[in-house]
Amino acid sequence: MSSDNTQSTQEGRMGEGVDARFNSKLREAFGSSPFILTKFDQFMNWVRGSSMFMLQFGIACCSIEMMHTYAVKHDLDRFGAGVPRASPRQADVIIVPGTIVSKFAPRMKRIYDQMPEPKFVVGMGSCTISGGPFQEGYNVIKGAEEVIPVDIHVPGCPPRPEALVYGIAKLQERVANGETSPVTVKPYELEQFSDLDDDELVQHLADRIDEEELVMRYDWAESPVEP
Amino acid sequence: MSLEDPSRPELDIGETAEGVDYDALEALLGDHVVGRERHRNAEAFVVRPDEVQDALFLLRDEAGFDHCSCVTAQEYEDRYESIYHLRKYDDPTQEVGVVVPTATDDPVSESAEPVYRTADWHEREAYDLVGVDYDDHPQMERILLPETWQGHPLSLDYDQEQPQVVTFSEHANPLNEDQRAEADSDTMFVNIGPHHPATHGVLHLKTTLDGEQVADVESDIGYLHRCEEQICQNGTYRHQIMPYPDRWDYISAGILNEWAYARAAEDMADIDVPEYAQVIRTMSAELCRIASHMLALGTFALDVYGDFTAIFMYATRDREVVQNILEDLTGQRLMFNYLRLGGVAWDLPEPREEFFESIHDFLEDLPEKLEEYHDLVTSNEIFQMRCVDTGVLEPEIAKSYGATGPVARGSGIDYDLRRDDPYGYYDELDWDVITEEGCDNYARVLVRLQEVEESAKIIEQCVDLLAEWPEEDRTIQSNVPRTLKPDPDTEIYRSVEGAKGELGIYMRSDGTEKPARFKIRSPCFSNLQTLPEMSQGEYIPDLIASLGSLDIVLGEVDR
Repeated sequence: MSSDNTQSTQEGRMGEGVDARFNSKLREAFGSSPFILTKFDQFMNWVRGSSMFMLQFGIACCSIEMMHTYAVKHDLDRFGAGVPRASPRQADVIIVPGTIVSKFAPRMKRIYDQMPEPKFVVGMGSCTISGGPFQEGYNVIKGAEEVIPVDIHVPGCPPRPEALVYGIAKLQERVANGETSPVTVKPYELEQFSDLDDDELVQHLADRIDEEELVMRYDWAESPVEP
Repeated sequence: MSLEDPSRPELDIGETAEGVDYDALEALLGDHVVGRERHRNAEAFVVRPDEVQDALFLLRDEAGFDHCSCVTAQEYEDRYESIYHLRKYDDPTQEVGVVVPTATDDPVSESAEPVYRTADWHEREAYDLVGVDYDDHPQMERILLPETWQGHPLSLDYDQEQPQVVTFSEHANPLNEDQRAEADSDTMFVNIGPHHPATHGVLHLKTTLDGEQVADVESDIGYLHRCEEQICQNGTYRHQIMPYPDRWDYISAGILNEWAYARAAEDMADIDVPEYAQVIRTMSAELCRIASHMLALGTFALDVYGDFTAIFMYATRDREVVQNILEDLTGQRLMFNYLRLGGVAWDLPEPREEFFESIHDFLEDLPEKLEEYHDLVTSNEIFQMRCVDTGVLEPEIAKSYGATGPVARGSGIDYDLRRDDPYGYYDELDWDVITEEGCDNYARVLVRLQEVEESAKIIEQCVDLLAEWPEEDRTIQSNVPRTLKPDPDTEIYRSVEGAKGELGIYMRSDGTEKPARFKIRSPCFSNLQTLPEMSQGEYIPDLIASLGSLDIVLGEVDR
């Protein structure tokens, strides 16, 4: 390669070899055989992990720290994962930053469903692990995994931006290795109303709700962690 | 001193130079009063459930109680009770309670909505969580919990284990037959949120549009209802409640929120706070206010300009500085848990000089940064076109909705509890309450930016005081018993000036170490109610700007 810095642009284009401006250290390292032989899947995973589009998704306290992670000083974009997208259809990764309550869980599920495959989930903060400090609340879902599968959990209340950056870096590592969590969801049920156990409550609601209606059912007594 | 209340020419009925004359008020209410209670903050009159409106009209129009700050509902063994906490915008130390008991088997009482518009949401919340029904209410349905919810979670017989079913029906396709418009109408229904970049969290706005204009907007809240009141009722006064206030208004306003609880509990249990601790509280609270207003500015710019532009990044940069100072002081970036009943958790970090130096550096840079914000934001022509004369909120309307904080002060209402109902060290310091007469989005932004300057003044004076404070006199906590058990049936409503406005706590003790009822009066809850008034008939971008200028935080709206 040419290391002549005084070469003009025109010379670079017209002359032999590759324009110095397009060279990098990596390119230099390859020397005279600038080719990589790899599996396509592996290459795709590497690309995926190195350029992730996050969903601009704020729920609660953790979203403040998430904003700080995106913004100056911590600047998540340095790691190729910092462009928040307002629409779930443009996003690869959803960071769940906060407490999920009964009214919000179906909405979050829908947003997750709207994201194109492959998609990844980072649970931020204790609330997305177990309900966190609000676990005993009558309205609080005991963790994001009740609703959607989570790849990486970042503990803390709230986690520091550094912790979130670490979580994202770990996710990128997993993505590059081709690992994701399985897309089976339990004990969450999203199904037609008629498939639920036919108890008194269901009967009561059946009069009011269309049979085609999508519902979300919370069995508080069967939640994984007893308060 | 600049903090003296300007004396008003004429006194309302029941008002004396010393405060409220409750006997005169009782005479005014006449037969409506069936009993009298003494709460820690004020006396309260017991009123029959079918005479609520008459009594409240008298108190509002004749006695000048124009601010319904809070409605608390609770269930006793033998009755339900709704308490209307009234005070005056001119002098919030003048308070009165109106207690409305209703029977357990038929808890219906008259709605206060025709008297105070703000009672609309407060009563819906009371119905939702406690189960009191209000007659004559425009829209008596659940507000925080899903429509399909079974039971009222703060009532005594609620079974938390029972399964609940939540439907998607609120997200019916807006292009299907419209929920609100007539068949031949050309209006369009649009859901904004609960996941939307402009809603500052998980707010859902049901908007009906007529072309580009907003015909109707209805806020649907409750997507972050984290049962804060229940959790505080399950915690002990002394230690277990204090971490939670940080999480109501989580925009770094933690210490302001903690102070609301600390003030209510300290007044309830007669706990003194050492002067030194009060100065530290005042200083850290104002640091929180700066951080909070910075984020308000940054996200407002995000709403108005529509992207993560320089202003948002600058605001976060400045917040980082404040957060670093607060982290040095409290050990946490966001959830400080720094106040204790009777003082603060620990003294300033050593070496003190270094800590003061970091605050001085911040204060020194602040005027230049604010100048930059004014260049970037308030003197920007595009910004002015978006904000001047949009989202107009007239002061009388703001009062009827119980608006407080920068929203009220942007409408020219001179109401700031730091001055009007002094606590902490504020009345010893030299600072001013900022008001703007514009009543529009622009005025609210100006108020916040100027309040940052005032907070900086307060912090500077506090730092000077702390630096000079004699070493042997640095008591950070008074002597508080390990287990606090206030006398049974002590009731108190106390509020502080949070970052968004009047943040109040109502507590009732039953003689145990946990409160029997813990009610949070959130400023954002009341402020958000004004949104339809500000945006009906306006263009939809102005709706977004108005919402941004209200500076709500959903953790506090939903609690």
